[in-house]
Amino acid sequence: MIALSDFLILGAILFCLSVAGIFLNRKNVIILLMAIELMLLAVNMNFVAFSHYLGDTAGQVFVFFILTVAAAEAAIGLAILVVLFRSKRTINVDDLDTLKG
Amino acid sequence: MPDNMQTIYLWIVLAPLLGSIIAGLFGKKVGRAGAHWAAIIGVAVSCVLSMIVFKYMVIDGAEPFNGAVYTWLVSDGVRFEVGFLIDKLSAMMMVVVTFVSLMVHIYTVGYMHDDPGYQRFFSYIALFTFSMLMLVMSNNFMQLFFGWEAVGLISYLLIGFWFKKETAIYANLKAFLVNRVGDFGFLLGIAAVLMYFGTLDYATVFANTDSVVGKTIQVIPGSEWSVMTLICISLFIGAMGKSAQVPLHVWLPDSMEGPTPISALIHAATMVTAGIYMVARMSPLFELSETALSFVIVIGAITAFFMGLLGLVQNDIKRVVAYSTLSQLGYMTVALGASAYAAGIFHLMTHAFFKALLFLGAGSVIIAMHHEQDMRKMGGLRKYMPITWITSLIGSLALIGTPGFAGFYSKDSIIEAVGHSSIPGSGFAYAAVLSGVFITALYSFRMYFMVFHGKERMDEHTRSQLHETPWVVKGPLIMLAIPSVIIGFIYVGDMAFGNFFGDAIKVLPQHDVLGQLAKDYHGPFTMMLHSLLTLPFWFAAAGVAFAWFLYIKRPDIPGMIQDKLKFVHRVLDNKYYADRFNEIVFAGGSRLLGKLLWQNGDVRVIDGVIINGSAKTIGRISGVVRRIQTGYLYNYAFAMIFGLLFLLGVFVFA
Repeated sequence: MIALSDFLILGAILFCLSVAGIFLNRKNVIILLMAIELMLLAVNMNFVAFSHYLGDTAGQVFVFFILTVAAAEAAIGLAILVVLFRSKRTINVDDLDTLKG
Repeated sequence: MPDNMQTIYLWIVLAPLLGSIIAGLFGKKVGRAGAHWAAIIGVAVSCVLSMIVFKYMVIDGAEPFNGAVYTWLVSDGVRFEVGFLIDKLSAMMMVVVTFVSLMVHIYTVGYMHDDPGYQRFFSYIALFTFSMLMLVMSNNFMQLFFGWEAVGLISYLLIGFWFKKETAIYANLKAFLVNRVGDFGFLLGIAAVLMYFGTLDYATVFANTDSVVGKTIQVIPGSEWSVMTLICISLFIGAMGKSAQVPLHVWLPDSMEGPTPISALIHAATMVTAGIYMVARMSPLFELSETALSFVIVIGAITAFFMGLLGLVQNDIKRVVAYSTLSQLGYMTVALGASAYAAGIFHLMTHAFFKALLFLGAGSVIIAMHHEQDMRKMGGLRKYMPITWITSLIGSLALIGTPGFAGFYSKDSIIEAVGHSSIPGSGFAYAAVLSGVFITALYSFRMYFMVFHGKERMDEHTRSQLHETPWVVKGPLIMLAIPSVIIGFIYVGDMAFGNFFGDAIKVLPQHDVLGQLAKDYHGPFTMMLHSLLTLPFWFAAAGVAFAWFLYIKRPDIPGMIQDKLKFVHRVLDNKYYADRFNEIVFAGGSRLLGKLLWQNGDVRVIDGVIINGSAKTIGRISGVVRRIQTGYLYNYAFAMIFGLLFLLGVFVFA
């Protein structure tokens, strides 16, 4: 039997991976998007684990919603990325510093 | 009757104001004749009504009227009102002001005949009459101050009437600034009255003097000053500015840059005497401070003597009369200081007539000479201008105090009163006014002889066109010559030695010099005869003889004296260096102070530290903070997550 804590540890590892992905990645905006997706999945993992453990299906319903929204968000994110590339001719994270004061 | 009278008082004030408005605001529409008729009718109405009031007050002996006509505002229990106090003092002043003003209005028709600013001039002088009446008739300090400032403003406007003339602009600015110095003291005095009496109403203030008499105030820490002395001296500083007493006299000679009619009306007959009138009106206060009276008498004596001396070296006909005015104002001030208020006011009245006459006479000469004012280019005008000659002679005789003329009675009462006074400083004042008589006679007749007698020193062209001036000019001269002769004779008994002013002027028994003199007074004729045995008469006679000798008999001597006494002449010619002193010390000093404040205060502190400094500091801080704002997404995410962790940490562990 796999214990609840194992699921939670998996979720935490996934989350940390995604945070590290955001921090360490200096190259590609697509990797950033992927890291964000991974973060959502880590959260979903927790939802499913707790839902199963507590015997409450509401958590799994939330996971469906989150996956749906994440799909939509990924689509929009990629669309923005395309527009960004068209105007800037780059998706290199280090070049995208127009917010600089 | 009282209801009726109140309407009359109101119209006395409003008629000149209406005239001024018509001449000033609608000057283009009504034209030149319309403007002068509007102003003259306004002032004439006021003059006739003033005479009615004079008859009602003085001859019928009615009770004084004291009441408000309009409440402007009430602030913290203090009422600011427009009100009239009509007693014998103000009734007399009203007649003098409106009568001289009317004469000057008529005279102006001739004098300003070709001036492009004709309507403006009439508007100003009618407005002046209004302001002066407001000053004279007021029953409270607020309205007094209004009138005081209004006449000052119009004086400023009229000195600079020819505003394209550089010297006139300089003179009017100077007059305005010097008067501000005096007004500063005046305002402080009024403020002190308000502080200690809690009201600005004359009657209430005078009724409550007992409550303030013993009080003292620390102006400079460590020295106690009597409040009454402080109030009186502050008020008198105002009078020094307006009535041109040393050291605030410097503006009056320069004010002669204005047209001659206003020199006569404002700078000789009426406005400059406002200070004298004010002090006389405040006699219940001044009586209670011997220190203030002493101050007044000394200032007056200095003015009377030293300003008279300056008249001896002037060559501009108007300036001689101006210095003579200063000297005569000094006489009036001396009278006030000696508690002979009635004599001071009496001299004010006679002086208003004969000095206006002298000024208008000088103006008449100036018209005939085509606006030449230098006496060295005149002479022998007697046969060309007989009316101007005879009236100027009358004016001069009245001025020097020839027995029988108006000036004699008033000036002699002042000299006698000062002789009997025991105020500290009265000894000096007596010497000053007595020797002043000689000087007055000398400079008046120096002017008279230089203008009307002796060699004709003008050029051929001017001589060929010399003729008597028109009737609008001659008429006022004659009208003013009449009171210059008779008014002293008529009123000396009542005004100087009788109880003419009643309760309007208050004199303490121990100061009552006029009361002492009254015991020896046996009618104007006796006074005239008696004077033949006294010093003033002989001094005046000596002055006239001296002037005749120097300027008719031996015209070469003045030049020699001038060469011999170079130093004295230079000091007099430079007016004791008062102007130079003011320019260097006050103007230069304030310019230096201004420069210091500008460079250190403004440029360094305000601009350097506060304005640019705060901008610079913000710039420096933002230069540091800006580095945090990298623009990289991962830095922001980092901040977000660590912030979140931090907050969670606080939330969980704290």
